Amino acid sequence: MCKLLLYSFTIYLHSLAERLESKRNYNYTKYHPMEEIYKWMEDVERGNPELVSSSVYGLTFEERNITLLKLGLENPEGREKKAIWMDCGIHAREWIAPAFCQWFVKEILQSYKTNEKLTEMLQNLDMYVTPVVNVDGYMFTWTNESNRLWRKSRSLPPSDCGCRGVDLNRNFNANWGTVGVSYNCCDNTYCGTSPVSEPEAKAVTDFVGSRLNQILCFLTIHSSGQLILLPYGHPEISAPNYDELVAVGKEAAAEMKKVHGMDYTVGTSPQVLYKNSGSSRDWARLVGIPFSYTFELRDKGEFGHLLPEDQIQPACEEAYAGALSIITFVHDKAFNNVTTVPNAAVTTVTGITTVTGVAITIWSTIMAFSLTTGVLM
Amino acid sequence: MATGELNPSHYPAQRAANVVKHYLNTRYGSPYRWVGLHKVHSANAEEVAESGRKYHLEISVQEMTGNTTEKCSAEVLFPALENQRSPQVQASCEALLTANTTAQEEALYQQYRRNHTLLSGHNLPDSYGHIDPDMKPLWHLGGVASSFVMLKESTENTLYNMAQVANVTQLETENDQLRFNYHVLLHDMVSQEIIHWKLLVTWSPAEGVKVLQMEELPKCEHCEVPPKPN
Repeated sequence: MCKLLLYSFTIYLHSLAERLESKRNYNYTKYHPMEEIYKWMEDVERGNPELVSSSVYGLTFEERNITLLKLGLENPEGREKKAIWMDCGIHAREWIAPAFCQWFVKEILQSYKTNEKLTEMLQNLDMYVTPVVNVDGYMFTWTNESNRLWRKSRSLPPSDCGCRGVDLNRNFNANWGTVGVSYNCCDNTYCGTSPVSEPEAKAVTDFVGSRLNQILCFLTIHSSGQLILLPYGHPEISAPNYDELVAVGKEAAAEMKKVHGMDYTVGTSPQVLYKNSGSSRDWARLVGIPFSYTFELRDKGEFGHLLPEDQIQPACEEAYAGALSIITFVHDKAFNNVTTVPNAAVTTVTGITTVTGVAITIWSTIMAFSLTTGVLM
Repeated sequence: MATGELNPSHYPAQRAANVVKHYLNTRYGSPYRWVGLHKVHSANAEEVAESGRKYHLEISVQEMTGNTTEKCSAEVLFPALENQRSPQVQASCEALLTANTTAQEEALYQQYRRNHTLLSGHNLPDSYGHIDPDMKPLWHLGGVASSFVMLKESTENTLYNMAQVANVTQLETENDQLRFNYHVLLHDMVSQEIIHWKLLVTWSPAEGVKVLQMEELPKCEHCEVPPKPN
């Protein structure tokens, strides 16, 4: 009996050690296949129960879990929390995007305890992070080298056409099927048979759609091109808060440039890239989420989607600075009664250092205004 | 389409500048000189009756093989549809790409000529973005050779970059020119398509890069190469 107990205990310790090892040793500067990402999510949740919980909010076409991590702390006054949304890997070949979602989670985990601003934000808002939306497509890009540049989902074609996959970022219900799409199922911008015909797009739509009053901003991460895109993809439609979207976007780009000197261009898709419709970013804005951006990460064409692993860290560091800039803005706008758009002459009130040692200016000129003691929004 | 002064960071100027980049590669590229676009400073577009649309551009380019940037002035004429399809480019750069690559090029040329076994490579870069240092010159050469295709195929509705060298095989040297068969994957940002091309490429330091044959491959085995859109 004692031997059995001892044996079981040893097994337990060993598996505990393995789990701690795998979390501690997870290499955020390498690309990981989906099995490793699933395991990493489990480890992160198990290792940080006070901050992290996971949720499977849909199934892909091939019936795999679409999983998000929810990062958040209890609100000390029991107030209702808001949220921000971040998704990565809508397009299978854009490997730097899932790498960034993992990096983002890691940064939050490793710095929130010693970062008052981050703690405050996590008490006021939850961060929903989906490391890989298009799991089927992402896994397909890992099957062999000739599939590395697959972009779409892996759904079976409609009866009158012969190729698999839908461009998930043309499938959302936002001016669906109008511009910047193909109706040919063999093409890489094929928008699907109808709006939200794809389970992956439906999963995001349902989850976010049921939390519209909560969600302050929607960030969707892609590569490449070094762009921060605001809604809308249609050249003749403008978001009502266009000016504010531009200002907040430019502030994010400025923060990104401070990290490693890289330029990120801010604008609508029809301005700086191409017309498109049915994107997740457009849908989010259309249903009322005030701040919605597509991040197109490195690079500008030299490696394109095949970004070398030695660029994962710098690409993620700058993307983190940009994302945090936007998240901080929407947080402060919602929770500190401040509504002024940041402008070029930013006054630093507090600097906050992350674990990577890069000082990120989070507070901006808006904090120079006296805070009212009125009711929080 | 927009005419007059263009916003340099918007797509019309960026696409035209990308064409200049391809042109410069066809003229000056080598295994040690692969030109990339750094920045568009200013751009202007005008309709040219019966010819097409002409862009005037002030840009900076950089050598991806080094760290230097150069300023260039360029003109790109995208022909009207009834005419031939390829854009016409003129460019002058202030001190074009003066990094002296002659010694490296000569050394590489001699090394490849002396090889007893013909070189080959594939997946440059690989899935992880990695390229063996020994393979980098062949990757750059593939990029430069691809510019011949991308220059020819560019319109105001495309933005081409080489995504990958799928395969490169050295052939017997002829007339002092190193010769290679390339299978390259080109990425068009606008359609998001990956297009396969086979190229027969020659290079020597004296003659520069030439593409003797180019052939577009169909997307899938039983497919045909689609007709060019109007």
